[in-house]
Amino acid sequence: MADYKSLYQEVILDHNKKPRNYGTIAHASHHADGENPLCGDHISVTLKLDGENIAAIAFEGESCAICKASASMMTAAVKGKTCADAEMLIREFRDMVTGKLEPAASDHIGRLAVFAGVRDLPSRVKCAILPWHTLHAAFSSVASASTEAEDDPMRTLIGSA
Amino acid sequence: MNAVQTPLKSRPAPAFYIERLRADFPILKLEVNGKPLVYLDNAASSQMPQPVIDRLVRYQTTQHSNIHRALHYLSEVATLEFEEARRKLQRFINAREEREVIFTSGTTDAINLVMHGYGRKFIGAGDEIILTTLEHHANIVPWQMLAEEKGAKIRVVPINDAGELLIDEYEKLFNERTKFVGVMHVSNALGTINPVKQMIAFAHARGVPVLVDGAQAVPHMKIDVQDLDCDFYAFSGHKMCGPTGIGVLYGKAAQLENMQPFKGGGDMIATVTFEKTTYNTIPNKFEAGTPPIAAAIGLGAAADYLSAIGMDNIAAQELALLDYATEQINSLPGVRIIGTARHKAAVLSFVIDGVHPHDIGSLLSQEGIAVRTGHHCAQPLMRRFKVSATSRASFAFYNTMAEVDALIAGIRNVQKVFA
Ligand SMILES: Cc1ncc(COP(=O)(O)O)c(C=O)c1O
Repeated sequence: MADYKSLYQEVILDHNKKPRNYGTIAHASHHADGENPLCGDHISVTLKLDGENIAAIAFEGESCAICKASASMMTAAVKGKTCADAEMLIREFRDMVTGKLEPAASDHIGRLAVFAGVRDLPSRVKCAILPWHTLHAAFSSVASASTEAEDDPMRTLIGSA
Repeated sequence: MNAVQTPLKSRPAPAFYIERLRADFPILKLEVNGKPLVYLDNAASSQMPQPVIDRLVRYQTTQHSNIHRALHYLSEVATLEFEEARRKLQRFINAREEREVIFTSGTTDAINLVMHGYGRKFIGAGDEIILTTLEHHANIVPWQMLAEEKGAKIRVVPINDAGELLIDEYEKLFNERTKFVGVMHVSNALGTINPVKQMIAFAHARGVPVLVDGAQAVPHMKIDVQDLDCDFYAFSGHKMCGPTGIGVLYGKAAQLENMQPFKGGGDMIATVTFEKTTYNTIPNKFEAGTPPIAAAIGLGAAADYLSAIGMDNIAAQELALLDYATEQINSLPGVRIIGTARHKAAVLSFVIDGVHPHDIGSLLSQEGIAVRTGHHCAQPLMRRFKVSATSRASFAFYNTMAEVDALIAGIRNVQKVFA
């Protein structure tokens, strides 16, 4: 049974209230907008690559607590990492929230495991995944991401969640 | 029937009577997350009482066959029951003739039928269609498709901050190019009851036909299509204690006869050769293929069920719930009701400062409370109120004051979690 109590944990409420890396980065090298047309939530991610490294990253937008906390924790997790590491984390996060990966089976998920609770709440999976989705789009220099876009590589994965 | 325009004085039904009605709804005994289900999402879909469930089972176990086709016993029985259901719906909305009741798959399907059958035939380049800011996407998108195809134009009636249509502005939108009006009777997002009778009279004085989207009105108040004098009236079975997959388009016989068919196929024809097909008479002209027979018969049973309680009693009970819930929510700091029309049905849209509707919906569900969160298929309306979404509690006659109390406690809990 879905357990919302475990979903709205202190960590998530805290990141929602005091989001890390909130705003935009001047002279960003990469940028993408993400939108969930089903609820109107939207966030944008800007970042600056230094070679292969994510030197700076920020997000802003309007969304529910799950989405905002996910974005906040995502920026904290990938800052200073390489693009390849971030892409791997995107994949693992996606697998975790769609129930394909146990958080304990990953060496990288760490505190992001608080989002594992959305796996039983199909309507909330999209909220948690949107920032990651948008980060992925930013790397690929896709100007905008949508949880519903036909050509979105993650669409079917989310849709079938 | 003027109950539609006049808010009835709130006189709640005695609690014992509501408890007896609740016993008819097996699903209301469910527990969700270990709490009794508090079902406040009736505007999205209402629940089904045992007599309607039983009717579906009886049809399926003893009466089912295809209709209008064969001469054997079961086909005769199924046809009779299906046509009897049509008469029940005719009486339910007081249509003049049973052939004015077209079975569709729901409100959306009914509006699309009018767009194809009437719109594509009678609306052309430069013509204007009047809609309102309040409309559900079901009464916007088909008309946009038509406007795009024909080069017609959509004009939109604005609203005030309470969520009421500006009738002066509506009247000013009319000109010689105005060919059609589409308006909802009751707003699914705000609860506003629109003065459709007055709007129809104004349009008719200018020779303009009117379609009323009655999806949110039919379940909650007595509807008399002859008194309203609308040309078309659309509604869905699943919002009035009936099954999904069935709904009704009421149309004046003269309008329906002039329209072109929507879907082609079996049952809607008189004769077919490869050179030419002649169409059946109404209502069959608009009922191509095998209809959802069981659902139509179930809908007939739902109309009987509601009529036995009495639509005026239903409206009074729901208004009592609305009044109480409105008062309670207004007493909560940091909670704002969106939609404060003077004439309202039992729909309460609200926002909580600093909390996204999705989070409200999830946390209320934890308490067993079902509300809808989102844009309610009315994005233009959300934009008008500068919100992306709201939470919406919508009541049915089987809801109780105790359930309103549970909602209020649930909202307080949400505020505590996000404090
Ligand atoms: C006012 C209104 N119109 C149209 C609809 C569409 O009804 P359905 O989905 O049953 O076709 C709804 C319900 O969602 C509604 O509330």
